[in-house]
Amino acid sequence: MSDYAIRATDVSKVFVNHLERATSFKERVIRRRALTQDFYALRDISLEIERGSTVGLIGANGAGKSTLLKVLAGILRPSQGTVETRGRIASLLELGAGFNGELTGRENVYLNASLLGMSRRETDRVFDSIVNFAELEEFIDNPVKHYSSGMYVRLGFAVAVHVDPDVLLVDEVLAVGDEHFARKCLDKIAEFQDDGRTILFVSHGLDLVEQICSRGVVLDHGRMVYDGDPYFAAGELRKILGTDVPVEIEAEETEATDEGISLGPIVFADGNGRTESTFHAGDPMTIQVPAVISAKWRAAVEWVRAVVMGVGDIPIWEMIAKRTDLPSDESDWLLTFMVPSCPPIRGRFVLGVSLMSASDQPIAAIRSRQAFEVRAEPGVGILHVDYQVSAEPSAGAPAISAASTSGGTDTHAAASSKVGR
Amino acid sequence: MCSARTDESDSSGAGGGMDVAATTSADERARAQRRVRWELLLGLIRKDLKIKYQGSALGFVWSLINPLVLLAVYTFVFQIVLRAGIPKFGFFLLAALLPWTFLSGSVTFATDSVVGNAGLVRKVPFPLSVLPMTAVGFNLTHFGLQMLVLLAVMLITGFTSFLGAQVLLAIPAIAVAIILTVGLSYLVAGLNVRYRDTKHLVEIVLMAGFWACPIVYSVSQISDKGPFVRWPWLVDVYYLNPMAGVSVSMQRALYGAGHTYGSPPTPVLPDPGYLFYVEKLAVGAIPSLLILVLGLYVYHRMSADFAEEL
Repeated sequence: MSDYAIRATDVSKVFVNHLERATSFKERVIRRRALTQDFYALRDISLEIERGSTVGLIGANGAGKSTLLKVLAGILRPSQGTVETRGRIASLLELGAGFNGELTGRENVYLNASLLGMSRRETDRVFDSIVNFAELEEFIDNPVKHYSSGMYVRLGFAVAVHVDPDVLLVDEVLAVGDEHFARKCLDKIAEFQDDGRTILFVSHGLDLVEQICSRGVVLDHGRMVYDGDPYFAAGELRKILGTDVPVEIEAEETEATDEGISLGPIVFADGNGRTESTFHAGDPMTIQVPAVISAKWRAAVEWVRAVVMGVGDIPIWEMIAKRTDLPSDESDWLLTFMVPSCPPIRGRFVLGVSLMSASDQPIAAIRSRQAFEVRAEPGVGILHVDYQVSAEPSAGAPAISAASTSGGTDTHAAASSKVGR
Repeated sequence: MCSARTDESDSSGAGGGMDVAATTSADERARAQRRVRWELLLGLIRKDLKIKYQGSALGFVWSLINPLVLLAVYTFVFQIVLRAGIPKFGFFLLAALLPWTFLSGSVTFATDSVVGNAGLVRKVPFPLSVLPMTAVGFNLTHFGLQMLVLLAVMLITGFTSFLGAQVLLAIPAIAVAIILTVGLSYLVAGLNVRYRDTKHLVEIVLMAGFWACPIVYSVSQISDKGPFVRWPWLVDVYYLNPMAGVSVSMQRALYGAGHTYGSPPTPVLPDPGYLFYVEKLAVGAIPSLLILVLGLYVYHRMSADFAEEL
């Protein structure tokens, strides 16, 4: 609890949109009360980032990501709430921020490092390393105004990671470099992770967030709408953006509390009824969904659909409870779906449950807060399939031979999937 | 001030990645980001100097030529054209003009110091209080060099009366000027972010301020005239302007008290001793310190929202 690198408590940031702002003394005197319009860029954000974690901050354009980074970096003052940070913060909020075009790359490195709190001696020590990393040996004594945007961002990133930060805040800048440099940046980030440094980065590359983050935070209109597994954070955002794979169920809220209907929370349990979040292929799984439905709605609910969904809410399988399975009089239900044997499919999944009307319209829907994981034999891919393999000299061998090695399990090297790291 | 520590890429730090971490604690390094460090200040001043003289062949020399030309022009106008009567008028003038230029240059520069660095302020977290100091440091560099040029010219032309104890008076005088300059710089730098017409106000106040100081005239030319005779306390009010005290003290320090003008010879400077000047500097130090406190307070108050206002 105490070992945080960044702690934000109830942070809100209001931008006062001055419709008629006093920008001169005259106006200030004449118009005592300016017309203003408040805009909440951030609302009640509470976020504690543990030291050593890598957090991806994602959201649609204008969701408040950059504002949050600036508040955490201490550039903007929160309108409400507090921000505490520990250690040196290096931020890369915009490509080449803090560079002066008239100065050479070398001068800018020293100036930038100095702004970030490095002494000249410290900078001397890492200077070559910076230039090396940015691959700007030839151009380091040219004014940076002649740099390409790629060179700019390379130098900016190189400085930021070499000022020995305890916390690295990175806004969407990695997208600028070419693949080679992006690779290097990711390697550097991996190195930082190994060193136990804290990284918070904004990205629109959801795959990247899923890949390298230990945690994903989703902002939407200034609010934190999801904080947890990056895998599902990405899914959550795709839903906000409307870019998720179209799923029939409308699981817009995590908890549906329409008047008269309340659903959830969804519980996953093993065969013995113990709450569980990890299952192995072949394990029995029990899913329970409590529901409270008023008399008014009870008649309308014709059937219930439960869909297990993977990345991007792609439906994996469906389970249905028909009218005849449902209680007709009671208002408190406990729907139980029993899966006697988990399918051999690797990954993490969420469950969406919808109460459906006779006309197949969803009346209420819920989405599991927690994901459950299914483990199968290690390997690449989500599905474990039994198969056979054979290898022999092709000369004279029949196209299809009856005699073949039986296998399928241990033939794959442990090429670990990146998903859900 | 402007050390020739241009960037040699020394040290064999190539492989040295992250070994810095071992030497300083996280807290120390966090503090280094929030405090104004000399290195940061000097780095920013060097940046401004470098940008100012970028691409000019003579570079720094221009700033030194400036006082020399002033010396020539003012000597010509006041001594030959207007026959103002103050002997060695050029030296009299520059003794007080250079500190004034330091103040007005700093304050003018400081007005834009935050707005002009909007890119930094909005994107990089760093101790914002360094910005007005950069403006002051930049101008202090020039002031120092111009003083050296002035002293050199005085020596070369045989005007050596400043050699002696009197030159020490320049130290408290410059100190008061620096305190006032820093205070004003913080004040206007902070105000200008929100109220952009601060800039215009500064221009006018500086212009009026110039004539409110005994720079192109001597105090003795006004203290026996008009309102100053009728209301002698006006003289005290006059010296509430810290730069008035600074001006006469600099004149006493560099120009000397021995000069007279007019037909019944009147001393150019108001007092032959030193105590008078120390007293005037002390009087000026009070408003200077008040302005410093006010400036720091205003700047600090406003700086939390700079990134937003820009």
